Amino acid sequence: MDSQSLRWGYFSRMGIRRLYGQCKGGDSVTKGFMKRGPCALAIALLIPLFFVLNVAPKPVNAEGEASNLAAVSSAPALSPIEQALADLSSENAETRSAAVALLIEKGDASLIPKLDEIRATADRLVRQAIKPVVDLLKNRANLTSELPDYRRSAASDLASTGRREAIVWLQAAAAKEEVWWVRYTMEESANLLEIRSGDFAAQQIAIKKLGELRSQNSVSILKELIEAGKAAEATEEQKTLMSAASGAILEIDAWSTKATIIETIFRGISLSSILLIMSLGLAVVFGLMGVINMAHGELMMIGAYATFITQQAFIALLPPEHFDWYFPVSLPLAFLASFGVGWVLEATIIRFLYGRLLETLLATWGVSLILMQAARVYFGDLTAVIAPQALRGGAQVMVGVYLPYNRIFIILLSIVCVVGIYYLLFNSNLGLRVRAVTQNRNMSACLGIPTRKVDSYTFAFASGLAGIAGWALTMVGNVDPGLGQNYIVDSFMVVVTGGVGKLAGTIWASLGIGGLNKVIEPFSGAVYGKVFILIGVILFLQWRPSGLFAAKGRSADA
Amino acid sequence: MPEQMQPQQNSRETLSFYLVGAILLIVLPLLNVLPAEESWLRVSDFRLNQFGKFLCFAILALGLDLTWGYCGVLSMGQGVFFGFGAYCMGMSLALGIGKESVYGSDLPDFMVWTQVKELPLFWYPFKSFAAGILGAILVPMIFAAIFGFLAFRSRIKGVYFAIITQALAFAAWLVFNRNETRLGGTNGLTDFKQLLGYRLSEPSTQLGLYMLTVVALGAGYLLCRWIVASRAGKVLVAIRDSESRVTFTGYTPWIYKLFVFVVAAGLAGLSGMLYAPQVGIITPAQIGVLPSLEVVIWVAVGGRGTLIGAILGAVVVNFARSVLTNYFPEAWPFILGGLFVVVVTMFPDGLIGIIRKLFSGGPPVASAAMPKPQTQGGR
Repeated sequence: MDSQSLRWGYFSRMGIRRLYGQCKGGDSVTKGFMKRGPCALAIALLIPLFFVLNVAPKPVNAEGEASNLAAVSSAPALSPIEQALADLSSENAETRSAAVALLIEKGDASLIPKLDEIRATADRLVRQAIKPVVDLLKNRANLTSELPDYRRSAASDLASTGRREAIVWLQAAAAKEEVWWVRYTMEESANLLEIRSGDFAAQQIAIKKLGELRSQNSVSILKELIEAGKAAEATEEQKTLMSAASGAILEIDAWSTKATIIETIFRGISLSSILLIMSLGLAVVFGLMGVINMAHGELMMIGAYATFITQQAFIALLPPEHFDWYFPVSLPLAFLASFGVGWVLEATIIRFLYGRLLETLLATWGVSLILMQAARVYFGDLTAVIAPQALRGGAQVMVGVYLPYNRIFIILLSIVCVVGIYYLLFNSNLGLRVRAVTQNRNMSACLGIPTRKVDSYTFAFASGLAGIAGWALTMVGNVDPGLGQNYIVDSFMVVVTGGVGKLAGTIWASLGIGGLNKVIEPFSGAVYGKVFILIGVILFLQWRPSGLFAAKGRSADA
Repeated sequence: MPEQMQPQQNSRETLSFYLVGAILLIVLPLLNVLPAEESWLRVSDFRLNQFGKFLCFAILALGLDLTWGYCGVLSMGQGVFFGFGAYCMGMSLALGIGKESVYGSDLPDFMVWTQVKELPLFWYPFKSFAAGILGAILVPMIFAAIFGFLAFRSRIKGVYFAIITQALAFAAWLVFNRNETRLGGTNGLTDFKQLLGYRLSEPSTQLGLYMLTVVALGAGYLLCRWIVASRAGKVLVAIRDSESRVTFTGYTPWIYKLFVFVVAAGLAGLSGMLYAPQVGIITPAQIGVLPSLEVVIWVAVGGRGTLIGAILGAVVVNFARSVLTNYFPEAWPFILGGLFVVVVTMFPDGLIGIIRKLFSGGPPVASAAMPKPQTQGGR
């Protein structure tokens, strides 16, 4: 589902797949193209010829292109095109390929329905002839689309078609393009096409250009060139290309190392912020109240389900254009749902167990089992929340570094939460009372602080924080009954490493664990990464038995 | 609690020990063999095998009761040690399958379908059956010794220790699930055929295994009782009630803790060793976070710090589980969760506590499981 695709791992995998897919797919398309029968061969031979004869000498500037397009779209019934459309179904291979070439040059997207119509009824050879026409025309039309994403994917698709006609279109589009990332892809695609052209001078320029662009997509073709240059029968030209290509690869590699480092740092921070937002409520309850809340993960799950229900309600009751509003609306709902459950939990179970850490751990674990099973029975196993428009996609900050918006959002949210908690605890009346009760319950009671109320509000507030965490987590994962379980062990590691004395411990520990995890992961894989983190935490506790910021003094021996 | 018992109670406990032992070891097997098929007295092979499984769990629970009930060290990773024992035994049994396997290869089936050509090195010792048995007990003990040394020496205690062991269970579960650890991945080890030449499918072999389990449980119980009644046992209880004072008196608590932790791991390994041939399969699902926590609930339900309670709790909870999952498959997690909550908040002394209250012949249970708030520090 959509939210599945929002997972970080999926993103990076998709990125890699896209990368490889582009180079390799492009290759196989051209190769397959070559192998297919004499007809395709004839097309392949004819098209460059046609291209050189008719198109190349003509100066194609932006205005010319546009007016040309306009002319075609305003009067689609031009006879040559209709003639060509008719020719497509002809028996004669040459007529057919001439028609294809004409259509590619003169046609536009308005022809696609007609072509599809022909394709639906025609035989295999005709369909093969039509397919590149449709692909090229579609992508060409998309190059001037309103949406940058469409323009970009059209540009990268054109590179994989391997047709030289597209170079001119790409260059023209790049000249007008305003979004740098789209322009980058257009230039990259144009050069990728150029490099396959077989024209020595153009290839040299393209290699140099690709090196300057730090194009990851060109690595495989550059390597091919190097291989060709190394071969015994290599010509002088091939050798020149080889040296140019190896220079370009060096440039690209250096850049991609830099990009990987930056991306690893970002992922580390992103994971840290997720850990932080989950452990904050846990740390508040543990540090201030001496309660281990194993049901914290399930309170997160409740927040996530509250978001899900809000989404479903929006889908059912409101027109689709208001859909995105479900996300802000569900924030207070998620908070309140978890707040309420936490309040009830405190009133019925936790308050009998103050001062007995292990007992709170066991009882809340029981609660978590019940809540989890309840969710499983009621909601079934897997549901997902669709991210609002604003949080989909991401920002391409530089070549090779892509930052998804949902991750950035969670980083910001965790910062807001930390600031909010600090403000509440150290700058508000309520926080003052909470800290007083923490330090000396009896004295606070004597001074008129309603300690029972403070207890229940603190616990409910921390549960509400879990709700907010659950709300945010819907952006990066599925909503399922096991949601809490997936994260609870990690967040407890954070709390234990950080120590219960201060919130700062939680912040530093989540940064440390999240960062370390992402640094180790590429070398060891996710599973062993977790094992190493566990070993790391145990060794760390050798050095600091009660975490980074331990409680000191008399209360330390609790 | 045993150390507070008068001689009269002590003899009563000894008597009931022999009585229960006789029932489990003589009467049940006889009921399995003697009465006619359809007689109501007959204990079917299935029931006996199931009971053997519960008694394995009882051994596991005994170990946890020793560390948690007496020494206050709550380990939420007992399932890992159980898993080590079961896997060691399982490896030995899997190699015993020999050519009888589905693919007719010397290698276990899962290696054939994961394209492992040669037996991995760490499997070699388990070609001998004795190594399987030794490994099943020693591997968990050695692992517990290393882990416990690191944990206790640096004074990781209480909830910190509980959380770390839970993370251990989680990590072990992840690792055992992997295929490249060559332990069968998610499917685990299964399809065992024979044990020292006895066919595992024969009822007589299962009966023998059951009786072996009863003997092992008895031995484990006596061992634990001996430890608890010794001077060291008194130190253990002292550590549970106030570790700082024990330190101030000149003892070194972490050595005692390490000792019971290792003993408990050995018992868990023993239990896993007996479990694998009786149930016939061992998978990572048995060593995760939840199975490890279930051990805790058995002990809590039975009554902490009583040893008998652990055995009782393991048998009762598992029996209830097998009955209830039959009728209400979806309700079991609710019941399990509810048990946690109810036992912890209302019956901290578990079944044993309730029984002792009902038959006031026993001494009122000293607050074994509920240390007084002062000693815990009211944070």
